[in-house]
Amino acid sequence: MKTPVSWIREYVDLPADVTTEQLAARLTALGLKLEAIEKPGDQITGPLVVGRVLTMEPEPQKNGKTINWCTVDVADANGTGEPQGIVCGAHNFAPGDLVVVVLPGAVLPGDFHIAARKTYGHVSAGMICSAAELGLGEDHDGIIVLPADAASPGDDAFAVLGLTEEVIEFEINPDRAYALSLRGIAREASLAYAVPFHDPAERQVPEPDADGYPVIIDDPSGCPVFAARRVTGFDPTAPTPGWMARRIQLAGMRPISLGVDVTNYVMLELGQPIHGYDGDKLDGAIYVRRATEGEQLTTLDGARRTLSVEDLVIVDGSGPVGLAGVMGGATTELSETTTHVVIEAAHWDAVSMFRTGKRHKLSSEAGKRNERGVDPQLPAIAADRVAELLTTYGGGTVEPGATLVGIAPTPPTIEIDADLPARITGMPIEAATTVAHLEAVGCVVEATGDRLTVTPATWRPDVTDPYDLVEEVARVVGYDQVPSILPREAAGRGLTREQRLRRRVGRLLAGAGCVEVVSFPFVGEATFDALGLPADDPLRHTVRIANPISSEEPSYTTTLLPGLLKAASRNLGRGASGVALFETGTVAFPADRGAAPIYGVDWRPTDDELAKLFEAIPHQPLFLALVLAGESERAGWWGSGRESGWADAIGLVRRLAAELGVQLDVRSAARAPWHPGRCARFEVDGVELGHAGELHPSVCKAFGLPVRSAAVEVDLDFLMRRAVDVVPGPELSTYPLAKEDVALVVDATATVADVEDALRHGAGELLESIRLFDVYTGDQIGAGKKSLAFALRFRATDRTLTEQETSAARDAAVTAAAERCGAVQR
Amino acid sequence: MSGPNSDYDPVEVSTLQPEEVAAARDAALAAIAGATDLEQLKQARIEHTGDRSPLALANREIGALPPQARKEAGQRIGQARGAVSQALAARQEVLEAEREERMLVEETVDVTLPADRFPTGARHPITTGSELIADIFVAMGWEVAEGPVIEAEWLNFDALNLGPDHPARTMQDTFWTAPAEDHVVLRTHTSPVQARTMLSRQPPIYVVCPGRVFRTDEYDATHSPMFHQVEGLAVDEGITMGHLKGTLDHFATSMFGEGITTRFRPSFFPFTEPSAEVDLVCFVCRGTGLNGAGPESCRTCRGEGWIEWGGCGVVNPRVLAACGIDSERYSGFAFGMGIDRTLMFRHGLEDLRALFEGDIRFTTAFGTEL
Repeated sequence: MKTPVSWIREYVDLPADVTTEQLAARLTALGLKLEAIEKPGDQITGPLVVGRVLTMEPEPQKNGKTINWCTVDVADANGTGEPQGIVCGAHNFAPGDLVVVVLPGAVLPGDFHIAARKTYGHVSAGMICSAAELGLGEDHDGIIVLPADAASPGDDAFAVLGLTEEVIEFEINPDRAYALSLRGIAREASLAYAVPFHDPAERQVPEPDADGYPVIIDDPSGCPVFAARRVTGFDPTAPTPGWMARRIQLAGMRPISLGVDVTNYVMLELGQPIHGYDGDKLDGAIYVRRATEGEQLTTLDGARRTLSVEDLVIVDGSGPVGLAGVMGGATTELSETTTHVVIEAAHWDAVSMFRTGKRHKLSSEAGKRNERGVDPQLPAIAADRVAELLTTYGGGTVEPGATLVGIAPTPPTIEIDADLPARITGMPIEAATTVAHLEAVGCVVEATGDRLTVTPATWRPDVTDPYDLVEEVARVVGYDQVPSILPREAAGRGLTREQRLRRRVGRLLAGAGCVEVVSFPFVGEATFDALGLPADDPLRHTVRIANPISSEEPSYTTTLLPGLLKAASRNLGRGASGVALFETGTVAFPADRGAAPIYGVDWRPTDDELAKLFEAIPHQPLFLALVLAGESERAGWWGSGRESGWADAIGLVRRLAAELGVQLDVRSAARAPWHPGRCARFEVDGVELGHAGELHPSVCKAFGLPVRSAAVEVDLDFLMRRAVDVVPGPELSTYPLAKEDVALVVDATATVADVEDALRHGAGELLESIRLFDVYTGDQIGAGKKSLAFALRFRATDRTLTEQETSAARDAAVTAAAERCGAVQR
Repeated sequence: MSGPNSDYDPVEVSTLQPEEVAAARDAALAAIAGATDLEQLKQARIEHTGDRSPLALANREIGALPPQARKEAGQRIGQARGAVSQALAARQEVLEAEREERMLVEETVDVTLPADRFPTGARHPITTGSELIADIFVAMGWEVAEGPVIEAEWLNFDALNLGPDHPARTMQDTFWTAPAEDHVVLRTHTSPVQARTMLSRQPPIYVVCPGRVFRTDEYDATHSPMFHQVEGLAVDEGITMGHLKGTLDHFATSMFGEGITTRFRPSFFPFTEPSAEVDLVCFVCRGTGLNGAGPESCRTCRGEGWIEWGGCGVVNPRVLAACGIDSERYSGFAFGMGIDRTLMFRHGLEDLRALFEGDIRFTTAFGTEL
């Protein structure tokens, strides 16, 4: 809401020395947020004066343009009183017109210094100005032509153009609809400085009678009040007075014609949206009703709209003539031939207004106010004010007869304890202060003991609850008076187990050289295709977004890999030689349990109802994914570098499981997007945890990554659930260690995990550790075979092992490997 | 030592003359002193203390001397041999020390060689920033609450007093899952976590809720369809706006340093009443609005001395009622601010998008903790 300060001052006795900045700061402290202060004249240094064009001689030029050699009367403003000779390229004026002249020595916006200069064979002593040249907007129609009676030649143009005006733009919160008017803002200013307020809505209006324009309300809940007045003999060509046009402009709207401008001006002044009809085009009485489904209406903006049964419409004998409270219809709009004006000022149901605006994607100045709630006492006052202004500046007569249909809704009364504001804000607010401040914002307060019965002002439909009154009192006392006190010490239990584990996982991975990434969780089919997921892959069953940012990515992701793969590729593209990226984030799988219920809000839903609500929400486990691509160790003076690969990916999961004390089973698997021969599936107690390994070459290609890039994706929630809570303290044997190394020849397809399991099983409880230290394939053992060398370490907790015991355990281990895996000792 | 002098040769007895012992001793001492490395010293040891050295031979002769001469000869030769072995040991020590010193010099390396064999890892500043905030509140005895990102409409809106006609519920602002009639949204704030907390337990409640949220904003330098918020909720007996102010002042000071406090401006949020915008003293210019280096305005706060930080207020009793908390007995406060935004001004980031690009140069700059 843009508000010229002079307009505010018209209704409030503000001290003269209050600056615009001070006023804006005080009002911001009361809840009208300062958005910007505009001082249109700030960038202009005079002389800038009004001139009357005396002569203009068109002079065609060689370049095809025609310039006008003008003489302009600027009275004594140029020091001589002689007409000023000026070359002007515009053509939208004629001798006799009042124009704005900038004289040599002045500076215009953009540090544009004006001097007398020779051009087109004349000395042009200054310039006739356009709005754009003065920084007053994008006016391409030519120079400014002032209304004939706006001023006299030689007058200072600053005042005439409103350049001395200062404008405060406020961001108005949705609950303060009353502040979308000068009336409301001036009232707040009077509150801020505790000075008298002169309510522009305070006027005597004629008693309503039956002689006014006939109005029938079919839906009193949608339209509680409708006021109408008529003006006849109006001169549609009468100009808008300059002061009114200027104020409308400064308030951010466009002056159009006197008829329209008056309705807008009164809306800005009082906050009541008004509509003017061409009375000669209205066909009989005005009806207000809900539209019928599919009914058609062409609105002022030229759009043909199909109405819904929820829309409120204004109808005459011809059918719909307006979308009530939002926008008028094209057939009855005020035009350059309108002499009979029917003025509508009505109070509308805010919710209905909001829904209609939303349904038709229509945002108008009227709609903005109506959907937030307007003072229901205003219609008759506003209609009367419009009639007055129309006849004052456009002639004609206000017809006798004032229509006022319906009854203005009355505000609810609210009961509070007098100390509620003190109790809720923590400020020492006396009961008397509470009463005084509530009255200052327009409430009627009745005190009975410690209880207050409060009736809010009619312009405050937002004030309905006890705490609303607390806010009113608090903002008048001043939010800067709120004390700063820490609440009592809460007895929290620190981070949850899961929160601590998550930090641990992140630190481990960062310590291992991985960099965390946060990416958007949106995916589409193309990404699943690039991952090589089969058509029936469960990952393709996604939670869809009804209104995605991009139709290419309409789903909430089921895998974190796409974001990481794209980030990896981006890094390599920006010159990184290798990356190890990780992300922990939730993925989503549809619940497929139907709609989530919407409950009331007056009491807590039951536990069963809540359970139904929670069930309908998609399953959202926390996943962990990693992508490793390119160099993982650099080449340097220590030797050569290393590319990351499948083993690193699997190794990181093993480290993670070990860190959390989870016993992990690693099995080979074939699953997209991994290389079918280089993919590990992880299990914990037979339940799948996730996968890791080398990415399929076609996936690497699709994401622009080097072949052999590797990836991991595991269900981190599941892993963390299995983490050891309390590590049992290890018991250490200090008896000597017995070492036995064995080399076993097995089929090339046998897995180390199986052989190791067999050895461990066979070796029995004396086995302290087992570790694979070499894998050999080659001529010595023949094709299709491999040799696995294991270091077995034996130790007892209570004695030194004898050589016999150790070798018996080793032999048992080898025997088990032979039985289970066909291993032959080398 | 040698046994009895079985191969007694009377001709050699003359070698036991005192001056000859002294000469042998002096020769040995001279050779030891002259040895410049351990090899030469070893040579001197063999020559002057070995089996065939004059003093060893002389020592062997002692037994052949007449008994009356043995004592004196024994003493003389013993002293000479003692002097030699002492000199040997001393010289050995000196030469070994010299050798070690030389070796240490020879083993000198270029300690400026790079040590960048293994790449550096890092955690994301949103993660570590969220943890930093969580830790500030945990230190006050608060707990960290979390909830799902895809949330029931009722929890995201209705329960928080955002009625069915609240403007934020349009498709223009909120991502809805399909079909929209399923009443499931991508949460637009972390407030549903507050609702979940109140639905699951009774006061006292002191929780802070960091997390990711979604709005259908254009993606540009200061807006993103996905961003991160931290909200706080306290519900207890006797909670006032003063406690809200105290908590936020403490939060601001912990996050930005001593003297960085907050101010409230009246505002409007459906879930709080009274509501306030909370501004932070600009921690760069410390509220002066000036750029220390010159006459220009502070860039961080654009000369205002304050930075818009978030929204807050007293929990609307309607929200308490919907969540099953007795609003006659308890009152509460709530606040919320953008984590991304907080990091942007704390670390002077110009473009929000840097947080979501995954460029390792950006992330590694922050290390593993903020």
